[in-house]
Amino acid sequence: MSIPQDRKYLPSHEWHLVEGSIVTIGITKVAADQLSDITYVELPKVGTMLQAGSAFGEIESVKATSELFSGVSGKVVTINTELNNHPEWVNQQPFSQGWMIKVEATSPAELEKLWNAAQYAQVYPT
Amino acid sequence: MTQNHGVADVDVTIPLLFEEGSPGSCAVSLSKSDVPQQDVRKMLPAELVADDSPPLPEIAEMDLVRHFTRLAHRAFSVDANFYPLGSCTMKYNPRINERAAALPGFANLHPYQPVDQIQGLLELLYAVREFLQEISGLPEVCLQPAAGAHGEMTGLMLVNAYHRDRGEQRLNVLVPDSAHGTNPATCTVCSRTAITVKSRPDGKVDLDDLRKKVDRHTAALMITNPNTVGVFDEQIGDLAEILHEQGALLYMDGANMNAMLGIMRPGDFGVDVMHFNTHKTFSTPHGGGGPGSGPVAVAEKLRPFLPIPQVIKKTDATFELDHNRPKSIGKVRAFFGQVGVLVRCYTYIRSLGTEGLRNVSDKAVLSANYLAKRLEKAYHFPIPGPYAHEFILVPKFEETGVTEIDVAKRLIDHGIHPPTMSWPVHHCLMIEPTETESLRTLDYFADTMLKIAREARETPEVVKNAPHHTPISRADEVGAARKPNVRWLPG
Repeated sequence: MSIPQDRKYLPSHEWHLVEGSIVTIGITKVAADQLSDITYVELPKVGTMLQAGSAFGEIESVKATSELFSGVSGKVVTINTELNNHPEWVNQQPFSQGWMIKVEATSPAELEKLWNAAQYAQVYPT
Repeated sequence: MTQNHGVADVDVTIPLLFEEGSPGSCAVSLSKSDVPQQDVRKMLPAELVADDSPPLPEIAEMDLVRHFTRLAHRAFSVDANFYPLGSCTMKYNPRINERAAALPGFANLHPYQPVDQIQGLLELLYAVREFLQEISGLPEVCLQPAAGAHGEMTGLMLVNAYHRDRGEQRLNVLVPDSAHGTNPATCTVCSRTAITVKSRPDGKVDLDDLRKKVDRHTAALMITNPNTVGVFDEQIGDLAEILHEQGALLYMDGANMNAMLGIMRPGDFGVDVMHFNTHKTFSTPHGGGGPGSGPVAVAEKLRPFLPIPQVIKKTDATFELDHNRPKSIGKVRAFFGQVGVLVRCYTYIRSLGTEGLRNVSDKAVLSANYLAKRLEKAYHFPIPGPYAHEFILVPKFEETGVTEIDVAKRLIDHGIHPPTMSWPVHHCLMIEPTETESLRTLDYFADTMLKIAREARETPEVVKNAPHHTPISRADEVGAARKPNVRWLPG
């Protein structure tokens, strides 16, 4: 499975999809596969202010717990509450149904520093 | 569920106490009451009185004894089987430790007894401190913390007190990505922010990344050395220098002290504060087997802040408690900490002596490297050796779909406890044989691992469906985590 070309990536496996000033964040298939069966996703409250490079939540699988990072600063405007009941969506559809948060970016220029799909795929080939 | 009349067989499911027994049976005989009976409904408000008796198990005494004995026989322990669990040294607990801890002179003391009646205990505590000071190369030790993580917390509280005393507030703590998970947790508990420092591909700290991240806001670096990938970072002296130049301190997590007893002393390579895990290094019981103990050793500059009281030796060779430390962070545990555990720790150190302790680490390191060498052709080793007391290997049988979990489960069929899995490197197994295993056992483990590697290629289904000889083969871990059902209901 190739990774979507329309987003920006962190080396820690989070994808960022930009639509106007809203940035949707989730994790890649590579990350979801490494974690194996995901059992819980802890997301921030709507309204939380995020700093680029800081953790916004945690993801738990039968194997491990990892932090989730944002590559952009801004305010959390929506979270995917469905993941409470369907953490398996992150395994099944990490790039669509398994999205995690939407952030209203305060400095969208920060996204320029992230990897594009080709750079990510070079380091984490599928 | 059918009654199990004690057929000692792994294939038999042991029913719950609630499912065993028969109405009217009772495992205890209470003596006749010698006080007048009262009606509970007259003594308590009506809403607090239950309609029915609680549905407790009704079971005869012998059936109860057999129930628990059968369960106990299924417990997996280092006394019965090889237990190569990396990251948390599972070493044998010599019986002499228990004998010493049960001596009435220790076991029957009361913490409020006056000091002139507990001189023997105080002498022992003083001696444990001296031993740990010598082993760590640091001038003073506090025995109060009740576990390794509690020792970490105490250590970081001391670091905070030190900076505060100098009129500084340093809010950041650097933690290499190869650290134990408790290290960043400790930072959070102590109101400090953990900042990750990168490791190089060989598992050692990236000094360039460290230099970029250390500044006047850095309170300390917390490092586990040897680290969780099983290598000793010989840059530790440089690390200390980089930190000290910025006024920051070096904290060492002593979880892996089993690799360096009598070989190296953390105080000599610039460590300012560290903790011991007596259950990992000094053969005291592991969690569940009793309370823990996490003594903290400190450099001279942290001495004034240590918890009180400290046992001190007077000029007439008697022992006393010193409460007079105005800069102390206070108490972190009631009385003297986990005294029973410290008696075991003392016994272990005394029964081995200086040469014996050095021998522990030599053998632990030799055993780990011997196993790594024997397995090098059948498994992938992401971190190059030589190793300290543990190492990481990755089962790579991609085309067959056999993973680290399958290898671990297959080990159970051979009477070996699964090693630590999937951490700190994806898909890895972390193996720590400890010093007490004979060459025969080490070879048995290596032969078994080689056999499993062959099976993974030739008959992968055998590995993927393991274990084959346990009451339950593979539990539904995903279901248990996603929809936990933690309450048993009858019927």
